[in-house]
Amino acid sequence: MNLNTLWAYANPKKFIETTDRVLPAVAWLAALLLVAGLVWGFFFTPDDFRQGSTVKIIYLHVPSALMAINAWLMMLVTSLVWIVRRHHVSALAARAAAPVGMVMTLIALATGALWGQPMWGTWWAWDPRLTSFLILFLFYLGYIALWEAIENDDTAADLTSILCLVGSVFALLSRYAVNFWNQGLHQGASLSLDKKENVADVFWHPLLVSIAGFVLLFVALVLMRTRTEIRARRMRALLARERMQA
Amino acid sequence: MIPDLGKYAVPVLASYGVSLLLIAGLVWASLRRSARVRRALDEVEGRRKTDV
Repeated sequence: MNLNTLWAYANPKKFIETTDRVLPAVAWLAALLLVAGLVWGFFFTPDDFRQGSTVKIIYLHVPSALMAINAWLMMLVTSLVWIVRRHHVSALAARAAAPVGMVMTLIALATGALWGQPMWGTWWAWDPRLTSFLILFLFYLGYIALWEAIENDDTAADLTSILCLVGSVFALLSRYAVNFWNQGLHQGASLSLDKKENVADVFWHPLLVSIAGFVLLFVALVLMRTRTEIRARRMRALLARERMQA
Repeated sequence: MIPDLGKYAVPVLASYGVSLLLIAGLVWASLRRSARVRRALDEVEGRRKTDV
């Protein structure tokens, strides 16, 4: 696919036509992989010799944390496309992704606290990774609130894009905080291209399935919500035209 | 059917409960808003056609 083909999806009509065909398949595959990964991880994996049964939280915590960061990075890319190319679908895709990213961040924070209490003896610590994740969550809230607060769609897209650029620092910090500051309770990444650094295979395989499920769930929800935002924008335009004619 | 989670049953079950609830809520809210906006747009477009 060359870049010109990709820009064709900036046309709202083309985007809706294409997602009409793609969305059901993505949604079903997401549901299938999510259920498979979580059932495999919860029912058919052993306890860890150090962490006991709390290791089962990994199938929720790691994929949601991964998506929390990557959702913001997706919003960054689409916001940059809006700033440079002024494609409305791009700005609306960023808007559509924000609540999904926010829920992923909330799941990561909640499961992290529930996992941390028995393992670290505390629900929360002002550790670099945890703190940057909390700030990322606040950025999601601010981003969503800013879209809601501004009536003019283009102005809202401009201002939220700038906010997204600023928030990207915290999205990256939440990923690399453990490497930057060698302090705090949170361990390093559970996933790595280096096989030796990964969790054991018995946990790794269901974790991969669960991650694939979360990724596809994110894609399905963003596609569906972007379609909704495109329709809502068209409706606002038609209503504004009606008011002018009246 | 539920595996023996030992002394960590509460945090593990709470993690799954909270996460599944949040995911279900997000999916439900997205579907609901999608249907509502679609219906409203159809209504506005229908009104426009009638006016023409």
